[in-house]
Amino acid sequence: MKALSIRNLTKTYANGFTALHGIDLEVEEGDFFALLGPNGAGKSTAIGIICSLVNLSAGSVRVFGHDLQQQSEQVKQCIGMVPQEINFNQFETVQNIVINQAGYYGIAPKEARARAEKCLKQMHLWDQRHTVSRRLSGGMKRRVMIARALVHNPRLLILDEPTAGVDIEIRRSMWQLMREVNEQGTSIILTTHYLEEAESLCRNIAIIDKGMIIKHSKMVDLLAQIKVNHFVLDLAQRLIKAPVVDGYEIVQLDSQTLQVGIPGEKGFNQLFAELTRQGISVLSLKNKSNRLESLFLDLVGG
Amino acid sequence: MRYRIALLTIVTKEVRRFMRIWPQTMLPPAITTALYFLIFGTLMGQRIGEIAGASYMDYIVPGIILMSVISHSYANVVSSFYSTKFQRHIEELLVSPVPNWVILAGYVSGGVCRGLLVGTVVIGISLLFTTIPVIHLGLSCLVFLLTAILFALAGFINAVFADSFDDISIIPNFILTPLTYLGGVFYSVDMLPELWQTVSLANPILYIVNSFRYGLIGVTDIDITLALTMIISFIVALIVFSLYLLNKGVGIKQ
Repeated sequence: MKALSIRNLTKTYANGFTALHGIDLEVEEGDFFALLGPNGAGKSTAIGIICSLVNLSAGSVRVFGHDLQQQSEQVKQCIGMVPQEINFNQFETVQNIVINQAGYYGIAPKEARARAEKCLKQMHLWDQRHTVSRRLSGGMKRRVMIARALVHNPRLLILDEPTAGVDIEIRRSMWQLMREVNEQGTSIILTTHYLEEAESLCRNIAIIDKGMIIKHSKMVDLLAQIKVNHFVLDLAQRLIKAPVVDGYEIVQLDSQTLQVGIPGEKGFNQLFAELTRQGISVLSLKNKSNRLESLFLDLVGG
Repeated sequence: MRYRIALLTIVTKEVRRFMRIWPQTMLPPAITTALYFLIFGTLMGQRIGEIAGASYMDYIVPGIILMSVISHSYANVVSSFYSTKFQRHIEELLVSPVPNWVILAGYVSGGVCRGLLVGTVVIGISLLFTTIPVIHLGLSCLVFLLTAILFALAGFINAVFADSFDDISIIPNFILTPLTYLGGVFYSVDMLPELWQTVSLANPILYIVNSFRYGLIGVTDIDITLALTMIISFIVALIVFSLYLLNKGVGIKQ
């Protein structure tokens, strides 16, 4: 079954700006799906429509077979939403935020308390349950929103830039939490500007730009389209000019650093053999940038 | 059952909110109304004498009780619902399967609870200055409740349209307060020139104050059936308009 099926979704705001130009999108049940795009591409508008925060202008949205406009309550029961910006009452305690959300879904108080405890423990927030939420760190606030989104056991979890602005340690721990949630059967749609995050977590991907879907495929298929991988080489000795090796693009960044474009079909061996023959020793090697990042920039013309 | 739990969640959250800040919500009306009773009722009232056979203190008590109900039921909903929009936790409700009528009923009930609680505090203060005969208990309770509902609804509509904190103080300061003072709280409309008597009939607070005064001390300037019809009509109109705004997503959805 499709967790999400969008057909010809269009959104034109009151000021006349069209944020979505009839997009189509499908997400399979159980998937971990990345929805990527530059700022202003239409990601948040699409998510806003799916989560009933924005009215659609045309088209249809179905969540686990329920039509958003005809069966909005069933659609809402299926979805858990983690927004980009903090949107809970900063004067409420952590536990009350989660319990109240359960109440909005019609979960009785006793059951709501039990579920809140489970979700807060899962998000490592149980010790902070009586803390007024404005006193939490940025990473904790984001985990409160994930706990709140999970309290009614949604079948589809939508994460809109959930790790924006948090440090790398918290980001990695949140990745682990998201993987666990997905492994427990919850379909996840993730938007993020950290392309490493999308590459590491997601199995399928759509890229949206200027309100249109410009790519919709499996992550592995997309990454396979990368024709040239770029690497940075640190050298043992200083060079006056970049060496020339047939079939490779080599650019000198400084006297001891080279940037090399390696075509997928050629690999490293021939390059290293030729550099060794020219008396050049390589001390270390690193990716110039994340692979998906390069492809993403190519696709959106960055 | 599901809707009942959602409704109780919103109401509990609202009551907890105003009880948490009781020095801001409960204390000021007690002090203000005690001053009204002392200055207008006791000191000036003795010189004014009787109106329609009632002492001036007894005459102003119903209006002053209702003034507190009106201002607090309105203030509770307008500030709470606007803050909900401003801090964006309205999204918690919008993404949940809570029907719009439950959202409206939840916030209005919160305002009604505060209005009635403050009204009860003011009744307690008034008993320090006079005795209230309560001629028609049922009518008094009905008007007490309907007033809180009507102005909680008005506060909700104000909050829906508000785009800034200024917008939630303009209506109370420039419309609600003048209407309250001109609604016959401190005087009988019979004391006004004929033109202003006619103008006063357009003020909904006139009907409310007179109904409540009739319930408590048996004195009114207005026909009670007409007054109750007007109050209930206003409530129905505001409920319909509030639900229309919520269904259209005015002020809360793009």
